[in-house]
Amino acid sequence: MDTPLAIRARGITKSFGNVVALDGVDLDVADGQIHGLVGPNGAGKTTLLGLLLGLAVADRGSLEILRTPVGRALSVPDGVAGFVDGPGLYPSLTAKQNLLALAALRGLDTGKTGIDEALHQVGLTDVADDRVRGFSLGMRQRLGLAAALLTKPRLLVLDEPSNGLDPAGKKHVHGVLDRLAGDGTSVVLSSHRMDDVEALCSEVTILATGRVVFSGPLAKLAAENRELDYRLVTSDPPAARRSALDTAGINVVDGGSAQADTGVLVVRALVPALDELVARLVREEIALRELAPLVSPLEAAFLALTEQQESNR
Amino acid sequence: MTATTAELDAPVTPAARRVSVARGYRFELVKLLSQWRVRLLVLACWIAPAIFVAGVSQQSSLPVDTLFGRWMHATGWAGPLVVLGFSGTWALPVLTSIVAGDVFASEDRLGTWRHLLVAVRSPRRIFAAKALASLTVLLVMVVGLTCSSSVAGIVVVGNRPLVGIDGHVLSPGDAAAKVLLAWICVLAPTLALAAIGLLGSVVLGRSPMGLLLPAVVALAMQLAQLLPMPVALRLALPSYAFIAWNGLFASPAQLGPLLIGVVVSLVWAVAATALAYVLFVRRDFTNLSSDGSGRRAVTAGLLPLLGLVGLTVAVLAPATGATGSGIEQDKVQRSVVTAFAHLYRQQTAELNRPAVTEAQLQTTASCNRGGGLVEAHGPGNDWRCTVSWHLPGAAVTATAIYQLDVTPNGRYVADGDGPKEVNGYFLVRTAAGDAPNPLWQFDGAIDLL
Repeated sequence: MDTPLAIRARGITKSFGNVVALDGVDLDVADGQIHGLVGPNGAGKTTLLGLLLGLAVADRGSLEILRTPVGRALSVPDGVAGFVDGPGLYPSLTAKQNLLALAALRGLDTGKTGIDEALHQVGLTDVADDRVRGFSLGMRQRLGLAAALLTKPRLLVLDEPSNGLDPAGKKHVHGVLDRLAGDGTSVVLSSHRMDDVEALCSEVTILATGRVVFSGPLAKLAAENRELDYRLVTSDPPAARRSALDTAGINVVDGGSAQADTGVLVVRALVPALDELVARLVREEIALRELAPLVSPLEAAFLALTEQQESNR
Repeated sequence: MTATTAELDAPVTPAARRVSVARGYRFELVKLLSQWRVRLLVLACWIAPAIFVAGVSQQSSLPVDTLFGRWMHATGWAGPLVVLGFSGTWALPVLTSIVAGDVFASEDRLGTWRHLLVAVRSPRRIFAAKALASLTVLLVMVVGLTCSSSVAGIVVVGNRPLVGIDGHVLSPGDAAAKVLLAWICVLAPTLALAAIGLLGSVVLGRSPMGLLLPAVVALAMQLAQLLPMPVALRLALPSYAFIAWNGLFASPAQLGPLLIGVVVSLVWAVAATALAYVLFVRRDFTNLSSDGSGRRAVTAGLLPLLGLVGLTVAVLAPATGATGSGIEQDKVQRSVVTAFAHLYRQQTAELNRPAVTEAQLQTTASCNRGGGLVEAHGPGNDWRCTVSWHLPGAAVTATAIYQLDVTPNGRYVADGDGPKEVNGYFLVRTAAGDAPNPLWQFDGAIDLL
């Protein structure tokens, strides 16, 4: 059975004057999926997030959100929450007052308990009665997330939610998003932090110059015919180097004497060739102590795809 | 692309409900009243006038340059009118700037438009909520100014009769009713300035000019009112209603300019609000790099309001026939005669002399400008009036001289120039002790229509 979709976009095009922000974008996000949206500045991420929040309407194409067609601005269905370009908070109000005012505005029957629960979820209980004026960027981001949680969203749209977060704050936010996804809420988030996207998202869409250059599972991205640099630490570096040179599809990257001295071997390969090398090392009884890509598959794909798109313009 | 397709029989979410204006209104009120400067201003409006009126009423020198200032020792009802005069000139423009002039611009500064739109889902309702909330806060401030100054005047000086702008005496009840009416009348130009504030806030976005616009417009209009321009143009500016309430304190009341001033102000309020509304609902909130300011400020904000001035002048000039300054020799003479006769009776009463009536006095005045060398019309400080009157049982006609400083809006101060028994001394000796001589110097207002 096909998975129900929280977002189904087909051929979305949006222009501002002569500037084409989105050009025929397709996007599918399943219920309960955390979907990453990455791309260089000006790729159209914020415009796409704005469309999902109902802030604008596409010039062409069709958009269904939570199985409801969206045909005009501000007509997205209930159950959609989030923020773009910052969380939109009022600095003269405390954290709790911001949430109370927002809950009253939306007519939410959250009560004080609901507000306290939302603040607890994002780790802001201790500063609930502090004015937002004194909050750091990370605290504002978390409070923005708490504001979105108040509405018990079925689709959460977040623009750079990890922006300004310290490791503890990031852990909190990731935990909240994972729990939401586990409960069936779909999350679409944009980020420039590839490690965040990899840690959180099961699928990713890469945008460049308003077009989708990749969309799908992260695993598929790694498996696509794209060579990556891998770092290998073995029990016998010279033997491992010889094995690498003898394995088809493996290119040893000359890292200089310093790299050789530390016993680290860097190879460039596709995943199947790398699998073959690992099997060979095992057969030759060379212990493999560490194997990791030098840059993440997502980052490598991001750079390759976006640079390719730029050069095609 | 993800290889999934939508499950069409999955539950469909109903379209979102928009937030009601009432809820948006409460949200906007919370935001406005959470700002320390707004709280401070509300507090100041409820406290400062009382302190001012109580303080000034107890000191020996009075603000005689301000209308009704010279009567602050005599009655508690002069205080709120002095505060009203000050408010029309300074306080209300500043209050409208800070409240209405910032109500939209603050969202631009804070970057909260998208958040608000996602929550409310209707720019129209956001506009209505913001306009109503800022209006409410302004009303609370105006009510504070009125109550605070009135209570302080009554408590410190007393609920006593008030001398009107033409010298006639209003009973405490009449004075109270007219003071209240005067404050209600200035709500109209306050609304006009508030609407200009909304317009500036929408059009100029985060630019500081949006915040300053009502104050700048009010100042420009006040400066214009100081110029010797045609009455029709004077009445076409909403700021005239900040002055026209003076006419309530004449007998008979000068209602024509007041009504025109109020109507013009309300037309401005509606026009500026409508402009702000149209511009706001047409704004593209997806492009936050532009807050809408710039050339649109001139084309969509300034030009329509200048057009409104022109249209109002075109209507008022033929309708009222008021194309000149409105200050003519016969009007000046009539006004001086009326005020002098009223105040003479008051002086007579204070000095315990036999009572006289205006009819018995048969007061006349002969006024000219520059000793007859200048045409006797228009504003100026070179008006000179010789006032003549008869005393019952006396064969001779008494005369007194006054120098008049007539301002372009029709107000004047008549300064006694003798004889010393009538208007030569600042104080007169009454049975209760020394009291200000009502004929030494007095205020008046010429009906410009």
